[in-house]
Amino acid sequence: MSAPVAVRPTSPPPAGAGAPVRRRRPRTPIVVGALLGALLLSAVLSIGFGAEPLPPRVVLEVLDHRLLGGTADPTWDAIVWDIRLPRTLLAIVVGAGLAIAGTGIQTLVRNPLADPYLLGVSSGASVGATAVITTGLFAGAGLWALSLGALAGALAAALLVFGIAMAQGGLTPLRLVLTGTVLSSAFSAFASFLVFRSSDPQAAQSVLFWLLGSLSGAAWDQLLLPTATVAIVGGLLMAGCGWLDALAAGPDTAAALGVPVRVLRNVLFVLLAALVGVLVAVAGGIGFVGLILPHVARLLVGARHRAVLPVAALAGALFLVWVDVAARVAVRPTEVPLSVVTGLIGAPIFLLLLGRRTYRFGGSS
Amino acid sequence: MTHGARFPAPADDPRIPHLQARGLACDVGGRRGRRVLADVDLAVRHGEMLGVVGPNGTGKSTLLRVLAGVRPAAGGEVRVDGTPLAGRSPRDRAREIAMVGQEEQPQSDLLVGEVVALGRTPHRPPWAGGDDAERDAVLRALAAVELDHAVDRSVEQLSGGERRRVLLARGLAQEAPLLVLDEPTNHLDVRHQLALMRMIRRLERTVVVAIHDLNLAMAVCDRVAILHDGTVHADGPPEDVLTPAAIREVFGVEAVPVRHPDTGHVHLLFTTHEPADDRC
Repeated sequence: MSAPVAVRPTSPPPAGAGAPVRRRRPRTPIVVGALLGALLLSAVLSIGFGAEPLPPRVVLEVLDHRLLGGTADPTWDAIVWDIRLPRTLLAIVVGAGLAIAGTGIQTLVRNPLADPYLLGVSSGASVGATAVITTGLFAGAGLWALSLGALAGALAAALLVFGIAMAQGGLTPLRLVLTGTVLSSAFSAFASFLVFRSSDPQAAQSVLFWLLGSLSGAAWDQLLLPTATVAIVGGLLMAGCGWLDALAAGPDTAAALGVPVRVLRNVLFVLLAALVGVLVAVAGGIGFVGLILPHVARLLVGARHRAVLPVAALAGALFLVWVDVAARVAVRPTEVPLSVVTGLIGAPIFLLLLGRRTYRFGGSS
Repeated sequence: MTHGARFPAPADDPRIPHLQARGLACDVGGRRGRRVLADVDLAVRHGEMLGVVGPNGTGKSTLLRVLAGVRPAAGGEVRVDGTPLAGRSPRDRAREIAMVGQEEQPQSDLLVGEVVALGRTPHRPPWAGGDDAERDAVLRALAAVELDHAVDRSVEQLSGGERRRVLLARGLAQEAPLLVLDEPTNHLDVRHQLALMRMIRRLERTVVVAIHDLNLAMAVCDRVAILHDGTVHADGPPEDVLTPAAIREVFGVEAVPVRHPDTGHVHLLFTTHEPADDRC
């Protein structure tokens, strides 16, 4: 770099024998490029997996047919274009969204163990969905009734967490963690109660779905809302990445650096609640993605949000694409809920991260 | 040592203090909280270094937060160059006053330069950062604390003393004419305490610093204010303020002023006022 103001080092570097001079860290654009390439490749490959295995050549033929006007077998076209492609795209959107939400919530509550469902959103969604099944709520909405119920439950839960935390003096990190955790348990209990009271065996199955997550219902007309939400919230967080860096350093530090802390926290909460609410409504609750991927991203490119947000989003998308593949091929012909897969893969990854001496989960010693 | 401004005031009227508190009051612990500051009056001139001393729990940290505008006052007002601080936006305020807190620690998964670059936050839009101009400001700030060679190192590789200096550099990178420092020498050994305080003295800033070590305060500050029970007990040149009588009254400790045989500076020796079995 050519600095206009020459600043000579005034002190010699300490002569620590064998001490590493700096931590090697790959440059963010390289990581982003690599992840983008891997994601594109994975998307094509993942479409080949399923009840009818398809070679990548067939997948590319169909894409060529649809996008560039080539020719393709109509059977394969139906499988690839109508069933598997929207599912892969939904995996990308939901994976990216969960990783973005996890990054945001960990900054908001300054807690490395926070995940997107901390705001009570997924248990609230399960209450809403269960209520739809057991009481016939939103019956007029047809196929959308469940998603609508889940979204309503998710937003109501987030609103309650927000309201209670505000009434007690504001969205301080510890208060949000405790309020969210306690209310999540309460919502789960309420959902269980609804299932227990209901004679409908579908109710229990449904609660399982909303708590453990699945992409099996993916269709083209479901993609617009989550895609738009993830893009908008992700874009807004990127637009505030400098302020988020300051907030991660602590509320007093952020205030001293000229950041309007209270406004930033409230806006962050609303954005995250809307994002997670929409994701839960389309895919249920998928554990571990929002918890781990932000840490993986920080490990790769450091803790600055400008780097963490895109890297976490791409890594989350990549991760969920393959998780969904595993979920649909592991126990054929049935599908495993996504949280089962993410939990089985995610727990060892988290333990590995814990074991790394060079990564402190944002801690300070 | 000179008691007074170390360099001329840039303000039009040198009689207007750089930072002034009038009748300042502050409560902690919410609406039914405890009043920790009551009717605090203070004035700091341009280029002056004011030390704030006082027993634990007497409101030093709260006073510094209110002076820096990080926390609102319950009563009274703070003025910078004669105009009230309360009316300014957080960003404008952060360009006037930089603050480094007592228990702050730099995040371990950042590089040294990235921690210092946080100080540039009030000078850029929320989405920007990391350009060459910013890097120059970061290097200047790190050079002032003699850590510019460590700009690309991980915070984890630094000692406790170096971390305090990195945080000070973050405050310097704000390039605010006023610097508010809460116990900057916390957890440092005697050599690093002296080195850091000398470093702070060399800065061309107006400095308000909370400090526990009375001898250190006496050695480096232009003026000392003793805070006691949430109000200013005494305020003036260190050797006039830190008298045995004042120290006995405020700290409950007997102090004997002794002249250093070589430098001639006054140092304080302490003996406990009450029997040692008493409360501490």
